[in-house]
Amino acid sequence: MDFWSVTLSLIEGLKCTCQIFALTLVLALPLGLVIAFGSMSKFKPLAYLVKTFVWIIRGVPLMLQVIIFFYVPGFIIGRPIISRFASVIAAFVINYACYFSEIYRGGIESISKGQYEAGQVLGMTKSQVFFKVILMQVVKRILAPMSNEVITLVKDTALARVIMIVELIQAAQNYAAYGLMWPLFYTAVFYLAFVGVLTLLFGYFEKKLDYYKV
Amino acid sequence: MAVFEAKNIQKSFGKTEVLKGVSFGIEKGEVLCIIGSSGSGKTTLLRCVNFLETPDKGQFYLNGNLLFDASDKKAKTDEEIRQKRLHFGLVFQSFNLFPQYTALENVSLAPLLLSKERPDYKANKKQIKEEIMQHSADLLRKVGLSEKMDSYPCQISGGQQQRVAIARALALKPDVLCFDEPTSALDPEITVEVLAVMKELAAEDMTMLVVTHEMGFASEVSDKVIFMDDGVIAEQGKASEIFGNPKSKRLQEFLSVMK
Repeated sequence: MDFWSVTLSLIEGLKCTCQIFALTLVLALPLGLVIAFGSMSKFKPLAYLVKTFVWIIRGVPLMLQVIIFFYVPGFIIGRPIISRFASVIAAFVINYACYFSEIYRGGIESISKGQYEAGQVLGMTKSQVFFKVILMQVVKRILAPMSNEVITLVKDTALARVIMIVELIQAAQNYAAYGLMWPLFYTAVFYLAFVGVLTLLFGYFEKKLDYYKV
Repeated sequence: MAVFEAKNIQKSFGKTEVLKGVSFGIEKGEVLCIIGSSGSGKTTLLRCVNFLETPDKGQFYLNGNLLFDASDKKAKTDEEIRQKRLHFGLVFQSFNLFPQYTALENVSLAPLLLSKERPDYKANKKQIKEEIMQHSADLLRKVGLSEKMDSYPCQISGGQQQRVAIARALALKPDVLCFDEPTSALDPEITVEVLAVMKELAAEDMTMLVVTHEMGFASEVSDKVIFMDDGVIAEQGKASEIFGNPKSKRLQEFLSVMK
């Protein structure tokens, strides 16, 4: 096994890792906002329901959730019908949306009441106050914790291999099964590069938002 | 005729009665100052006028027409209240400018959003937008900030921020402009520049309702003064009467402490 053919098959695995990463982000970012609003609802039963849900999702290992999402629907229907990839995405999106929701909630609650009131007395509707006034301030406040969570997501994608998805680690492990260990260590380079790019990106966003203070 | 009138406004927070039936009127072009010690209910009264708090009892009248009746449950929907708020502007003690927008954007944001509700918005989009930007820039010039239009709130001083906030409140052409201790968060030397803008507005016959601790400003600029004590109006009258010849013992005590 030469270096280049290993690299090529690891890149195949990386593609899958990127897909899980990107789809989870795209879907979990908005869903997290919905969950955050649910947990802040003035209708208490809804708030408690959502909070209980977040507790369960955050309280159970993501690996176990991936397994549950893959096997349980199959048990209920009698045969496995969802694709492996779809169940991984479902588990990741729900799990990450719950974590994001708590970050959003913290960000939203940290904005002073005066900002809402200033918008209100200027005749803005509630949604205008949120989207035109509050949201950008929240974004600035939560950028650092979000970068943490996003970086964690990069490495959590490796959990998909528990249901035999060939992502980066699994691609390397396929070699390890034949006694070839170094591709597994080699994957670290890919993760480091991935996280390096994200770190630069978040640094760029932080700079971009430097023009105002909240 | 009074441009705005409040009748028997009552408000409690839990078991604490903050306003115990407050009635007053303000004529067009008049400056009405509300003075009183902390906890007397003056800020709550101002917040009720701007519907940031909903009164438990009482009515508001605008130009003689009923604007709000606390006993009318239907009058309390978000949309109704939003429409009613447009008659009033409010300048906060802590400015509350939107930090992510420039001075000019702070002033023009609300008028731009509101213009979308106009029936002719689609047809005259560009022209409406230009007019609003022009008007917003004029207001900033008026409060002496022509140099700072593109500055963000964090780049300008507290006094300048408060002047932007005044321009922002004026942008919607309110019937009554309210001030909630507008200079309390400012250094004494900067207070002067904000008070100067307020005096100019008063001279232009803006109807103003001002909660303040600036006794100098109140006695110099206001047409009428209300002294609040323990949730009621303890004394009201012309500025000269209130400051020159206070009748109640509470007001005498208050004024002697404020000096």
